[in-house]
Amino acid sequence: MAGPAVPTPPSGPAPWRNPRVRAVAFQVVALVLVLWVFWTIFQNTLTNMESRGITTGFGFLDNTAGFGILFSLIPYDETNTYGRTFVVGILNTLLVSGLGILFATIIGFILGVARLSPNWLIAKMALVYIEITRNVPLLLQIFFWYFAVLRTLPGPRQSLEFPFSAFLNNRGLYAPSPNLEPAFWAVAITFGLAIAGAVVLVRWAKRRQDATGRRFPAWSVSLAAVVGLPLLVFWLAGSPLTWDLPALQGFNFRGGVRLIPEFIALWLALTLYTAGFIGEIVRSGIQSVSKGQTEASQALGLRPGQTLRLIVIPQAMRVIIPPLTSQYLNLTKNSSLATAIGYPDLVSVFMGTTLNQTGQAVEIVAMTMAVYLTISLSISFLMNLYNRAVALKER
Amino acid sequence: MKRIAAALATGVATLALSSTAALADETLDAVTERGELVCGVSTGLPGFSNPDDSGNWTGIDVDVCRAVAAAVLGDADAVKFVPLTAKERFTALQSGEIDVLSRNTTWTLTRDTSLGLNFTGTNYYDGQGFLVKKDLGVTSATELDGASVCIQSGTTTELNLADYFRFQGMEYSPVVFDTSDQTVQGFASGRCDVLTSDQSQLYALRTKLDNPDSAVVLPEVISKEPLGPVVRQGDDQWFNIVKWTLFAQINAEELGITSENLDEMMESDNPSIKRLVGTEGDMGEKLGLSSDWAAKIVAQVGNYGEMFERNVGMDTPLQIERGLNALWTNGGIQYAPPIR
Repeated sequence: MAGPAVPTPPSGPAPWRNPRVRAVAFQVVALVLVLWVFWTIFQNTLTNMESRGITTGFGFLDNTAGFGILFSLIPYDETNTYGRTFVVGILNTLLVSGLGILFATIIGFILGVARLSPNWLIAKMALVYIEITRNVPLLLQIFFWYFAVLRTLPGPRQSLEFPFSAFLNNRGLYAPSPNLEPAFWAVAITFGLAIAGAVVLVRWAKRRQDATGRRFPAWSVSLAAVVGLPLLVFWLAGSPLTWDLPALQGFNFRGGVRLIPEFIALWLALTLYTAGFIGEIVRSGIQSVSKGQTEASQALGLRPGQTLRLIVIPQAMRVIIPPLTSQYLNLTKNSSLATAIGYPDLVSVFMGTTLNQTGQAVEIVAMTMAVYLTISLSISFLMNLYNRAVALKER
Repeated sequence: MKRIAAALATGVATLALSSTAALADETLDAVTERGELVCGVSTGLPGFSNPDDSGNWTGIDVDVCRAVAAAVLGDADAVKFVPLTAKERFTALQSGEIDVLSRNTTWTLTRDTSLGLNFTGTNYYDGQGFLVKKDLGVTSATELDGASVCIQSGTTTELNLADYFRFQGMEYSPVVFDTSDQTVQGFASGRCDVLTSDQSQLYALRTKLDNPDSAVVLPEVISKEPLGPVVRQGDDQWFNIVKWTLFAQINAEELGITSENLDEMMESDNPSIKRLVGTEGDMGEKLGLSSDWAAKIVAQVGNYGEMFERNVGMDTPLQIERGLNALWTNGGIQYAPPIR
């Protein structure tokens, strides 16, 4: 904002005729105007709320919430604060978005490749799937899974039974949860060491192949070590693991882990809906790699799998990543539809119940918007980092 | 969801953009000029506020709005009803979208103090209860340990439920929905074992089940839920009008004035009756209304007892007894300060 240090020679034009001075001056005026507008809105809001006797400020975050939440990743009960409901909401949003993004990506890549399959049936099935999921509104798909599929399951006392003591009913999916005994950490450490060893082995094998041309079955040896060694330690330590089995007790199943139907419905709908879009993005990415690349790679004697992995995918990624990023952002923002079926995400818990119990709409709406903004910008940032790594290197 | 977002957006935007000019004493003028009262009601709760077969709103909360319209505009039908979910209701009132909120809303200290709103009285004394399926074989709320409970978001019942189960040392999982219809659906489909709400609502919601006899309301009442109309703070004249509209109805019942015998009562020599119907004194003028304000209320909407029996009484599907809502002279606690 400091005055522009433009040297004006005595014979030069006056400051208001100097284009550089004028350009800076206009920018300053515009900035001041924008700041003034925002400041006025802020002040006006405060004054209005005060004159209407509405409590303002963030003190409410320390007050006891007093209501229960169906599902939480961190310990939560009614005696915790409104601030904690905020965290519970964020974590539930992140959980469903994170798992949604992971599975949508996997299914999307499979769909994209299947769309281009020379097998007519596979290609058409992928096409039909993509057209259906992309063209039915997401909210409708959430309702479909929640009301039409999961609601029609039997009650707890007539649960569907699956192997390994898993149960499915209209209260959710129940599965045994592991009880780790102290000796289990030995197994965990072995697992970590085996993975580290495998990484070293694979690198060594690649260096040796580059240098001498001799190959070493690094992948199969690594797999054997990563799976086998922990199992061996597990057996030696005397199976330090028990399972907490879900069992019908009173109204519901107790024990084990439980996936609530609201989560399953939202997660399925978000995943399957976004996977359709990702499938099309992947297909367009693969098709953007010119056919000459594939032919050249085959002429060099690479197998089809190697061609895909080493030649086509790396080039396709450059086209795939930018639109993939917006799909990830869409999925995260779409997760706020949770409130329609009562999954306790940020919008449902914090902008729903907490807002209603405290009545502090302005603060809570602002905080919720800030959270979504932060999540979205973080996803963009990470994806941009990755994009830079795979982008065409111009040397 | 869009409606919630829109309500919140207009609410926040109004707070941000409206001028800071004095807000007091302007609701009456605004309503008179508009020729219509804008009243916030529920999205559909039989007996309280529910659209009937032909789309007209009926119910005891709806009649509160109609009574205010009769007093202020002389026409009980000059009301525009805005259906609101529990979540939207306070924002809609704060932002000035509605003039009165009459939506089975529980009067609590927090709501009275921190929302910038005022409760004007109690048109229905209620308490929270539990609805369970008969085939569960439960006879008392103390047997509900571990149950899944369907509940409406943003209500005092959500808090009472948490208190009750914690105090009883029982566990529960709350399944929270936006509208009472969704909670009934959840209960009917078996997503929850229990539906909890104000007892009057449980009776009303039970009528929405395919087979109402398959569910019972448990005897326990776990909270006090005084339900009443709400107005914005800072407009004392409007606050008084809404408050005394209900008091006029209660006083009318106590004095035996009904919509049927009103014409005879206009000739009455009883000074209390004369003050109420406006043949003596200037009670209406003190409120900023015409002198026959209370007579219009009774003529078009009826006294409190008529309003109760018509909407939730024994001849309606809800079949609720007067109980706490009987006049204080009949063993209830409905009591109004005198008009004088």
